[in-house]
This record gives sequence, structure tokens and C-alpha cells, in this order.
Amino acid sequence: MAKELFVSKSDDLQDGDRKIVPNGNYEIGVYRVNGNLFAYQNVCPHQGGPACEGLLMAKVEEVIAEDKTYQGMTFNHDEMHIVCPWHGWEFDLETGDMVADRKFRLKKYEVAEKDDGIYVTL
Amino acid sequence: MEIPTDHLNKMSVAEFDTSKLLINAARQRDQRGFDKTLIIDVDCHHYENESMKEIVEFIDDPVLRRTAQVYSGAGTGANSPFMMGSPGSQDVAGRVTRYPLRKMDQTPDDDKHRDIHLSLKWMDAMGVDYVMLFPTPMLLLGLHPVPEYEVAMSRAYNRWLTEKILQEEKRLKTMLYLPFNDPDETYKMVKDFGDREGVCGFMVVSTRYKPVYDNAYMKTYSLIEEMGKPLAFHGSYSWNDHLLGNTNRFLVTHALGFTVFNAVHMCNWIVNGLPERFPKMDVMWIESGLAWIPWLMQRLDNDYRMRSSEAPLLKKLPSEYMQDMFYSSQPMEMPHDMDILEMTFKMIKAETQLCWCSDYPHWDMDVPSVIWDLPFLDERQKKNILGENARKLYNMDVSDRFPNYKPPV
Repeated sequence: MAKELFVSKSDDLQDGDRKIVPNGNYEIGVYRVNGNLFAYQNVCPHQGGPACEGLLMAKVEEVIAEDKTYQGMTFNHDEMHIVCPWHGWEFDLETGDMVADRKFRLKKYEVAEKDDGIYVTL
Repeated sequence: MEIPTDHLNKMSVAEFDTSKLLINAARQRDQRGFDKTLIIDVDCHHYENESMKEIVEFIDDPVLRRTAQVYSGAGTGANSPFMMGSPGSQDVAGRVTRYPLRKMDQTPDDDKHRDIHLSLKWMDAMGVDYVMLFPTPMLLLGLHPVPEYEVAMSRAYNRWLTEKILQEEKRLKTMLYLPFNDPDETYKMVKDFGDREGVCGFMVVSTRYKPVYDNAYMKTYSLIEEMGKPLAFHGSYSWNDHLLGNTNRFLVTHALGFTVFNAVHMCNWIVNGLPERFPKMDVMWIESGLAWIPWLMQRLDNDYRMRSSEAPLLKKLPSEYMQDMFYSSQPMEMPHDMDILEMTFKMIKAETQLCWCSDYPHWDMDVPSVIWDLPFLDERQKKNILGENARKLYNMDVSDRFPNYKPPV
């Protein structure tokens, strides 16, 4: 049977919060965003940076008009990115994929709530 | 401290500690046994602007010193007339958080300079034994319109660095900043500071508009060759450059800028026969990554075969001169196809000519594992690149860290 790691009580991880919990030699970063939970190993596949300790930012998009002209940039809050603080590599919060090169990804864990607590399946 | 994460929201940060930021680097150090491996970083940095009040006191000229004093601490809000700014976003608009947070990093309140404490923090985390320490904002000083300002500031910086930092901490060393826009003052700098403790070589920031083949530099090259210390060209960028000013994203300014300036100087160095004129001088190229070298080797060889009359001092192909030179590794390109990187290593004779560097704390830094984990290197080659090549190049005494040091076999 898979082992479970207790993260926190449900009430202690509010929407928009992040918690980093020890797990053996590394940590796991757990996020609650827009009501959904996500959990990733706190190790960037690039050079090993603590990816989950960086900023959580909306995807940046270019605004291109119908006539193909550039009209500026904007944030898309429907796609949030985990940004590794070592070099700025960005990862899709939903999948863990590195957004610039999807051959790289963060190690993802299942995370769920039960009995007023949040647990990661190891 | 709060860092904006978009135009409306911010992330609060209560503390910042380099040792904590680099805890995964420390884990790599322990997993790979870096404590038993000599690691010399040939290019790292500090932020000398944070010590500017101390540094300007070393400016000789009383009028320039007074001017620098006004701008280094009086809080006028004006730009210092000594420093060159360039637009840019090195920290990827705050995403590389050690930039905005570095001031929160706590260091002991003792006699040691804060820059020594900060340097040792990251060095210990990565398992680095010795470093070549370079400035940061001064990397743009070669673009200053008045050579006199570069001379005054670099002379003050070199005095401060050697007397207040390098003398106090033997693990910190430098390749001395040269005010290359003034050839006579460059010569004088080598003469006056070249033998100081911790000065392992000399460094020219490439981002400037002075050709390395100018006769005015020959006496300096002769002196450096005689001293037996290497000369390095350190890449940098300028978004104000006319060519790079055509780019509108810092990604491109950086990718090209750090390479193109070094590429121009490399071409001039070779086709003017400087390797033949100074055959005993070691030359190193810093912070341009590695991919530019095979490109330039092939371009120069191809043109040289057709136009050798324009480079009559050459006795072999440009690429063969380039194989005699030294290169720092960072920011090392990591293609998905490792054959490409392996071929690059072969072309530059990495086993003897490549020296690892971190460039820490800058945004595109490399940790030592980028070399250690390469599948096509054996242990001796890894150790050469991480430390032994640099030790030989600088003829460095490492006995305080490795009393019984033996080169890897």
C-alpha cells in the first residue's frame, strides 16, 4: 500500500497558499490554487534548484491583433506557473511540464484531502 | 519584503538565506563527494556597488574622489557619473529571487567584510574551494565615454579588492580588472598590481570598442607574458550597442551580447598573429558558453584557407590556435542530443583547456554538477575541468585546502 505524507490540516492551506514539507532527502511543495491541490518534488530538473520555493506567476502571453501586429503582453491567470528561483525555469502548475521545453517536468505527486487533512501519496 | 507576481498580486518573503537557497546544491555536493574534489571557480561575482562608499575612498584624484563621494552615499538619487548603466532584466523581472532578496541575507557582524561572508556561503554550499572574484556593474565600465573614469574607478576597486577582500580571505582570488580603454594605464595597472597577493591573472571586459591588435597594447602583453599569468576576456552585453539595439527581448541581447563581443576579440587576436607574437601567454575566454567556439573555428578556418594573405603571421589554422586557449564553461549549453556537447568538448580539447565556473550569484549560474554529471566524461576529465585545469593555469598553491594534493590520474 502506498505511503501517505501528512501535509497540513485543510484549513491551514488556504486558496493561494503553498506549503513545503520534508520528505526524505528532499521536500515536496504543495499548492492550493483555485480550489485545486497540486504537489511536486522541490527539485528542478534543470540543475536541481528548489523550484517550489520560487514565485507562482501567471503565464505571460503576447497580444497579437488580427492584422498580426504586436499589441503588448498580458497575464493569463488560467495558466499558473511555478518559477524556479535559481534560473527562472517555469513549470505549468497543472501538469508540472516545463513550459518552454516539455521534455522536462517536475516530479508530480497525488495529493488529496481526507478527514480535514491534506495528504500526499508517495 | 514583497515581490510583485503580476500587476495586482505580490508574494511576501520573510527571510532570505543563500545557504538555504542552495540546499539542493549542498546535497549534490555531498552525494558526489565534492569535499574530496578540488573545485576552482574561474568566474564568479560580487556586487561592488554595495561597497561603493568604501571603494571611492581609494580614488587618487581628489576632484574625482570628491565627485564619487557625493554620488556614492549622499542619496541624491542621481546616477553615479562613474558607472555605466544599461537597460536589462538580468533577474528575469524578479523571477530569479536572489536579486531582489539579497539585501535580506544575514551575515555575522564581525571584522570580515560582508562580501567575504556572502561568497563563502555559496562556495561552501556548492563545494567550491577557490574562486576568481569579479565585479558586477563595473562589467559595463568599458563603455564609459571617458577613459579617465574607468581608470580611476578600476584603480580604486583593485586597491580595495586586493587590500580589503583578497588579503583577508585566501579562498578568494581575482584576475585583475584592466582599464583597457587607456593602454598606458592598462600597462601601469599590470605593473603596479600584478604581483599582489590573490592576483592570479588579468581580465579585460570584452564589451568595449577597442581593438586588441592595437600596437599600444603590445608592451602590456609582453609584460603579462613575462609575468607568466593568464589574460582573460570576460563577456558582457550592452543593449545600447547599435547592433544589439535591434533586439527587443533581453533573451536575445544576452545570448548574442555575451558571445559576439568575445568573438570579435578572438578573431582579432588570432588573425593579427598575437598567439605567434606572445607564444607563452595563456589566454582565456570567459562567460560566452561553449557553442560559439565550434562555430567560430569553422568560420575562421574556412575564410583563412581562402585569404591567408590577410593573416600572414599564422603558422596553423585559426581553430588550432583556439584549441591552445582556455575557456570557462558557463553558461554551458545543454542540448538534448549529448553528442553535440561531446563534440564541442572534443573540438576545444576540454580535458585540458576547459575550466568550470559558476558565475554565481548571476542569474544564469551553473553548479558543479553540470560537469560532474556529464555521461561522456571519465572521473579524471571531470576533475580536470572542475579544478585541475585552473590550478595548472594559475599555478595555484592549494595546500591549505588539500595538503597532499595530487593531480587526478
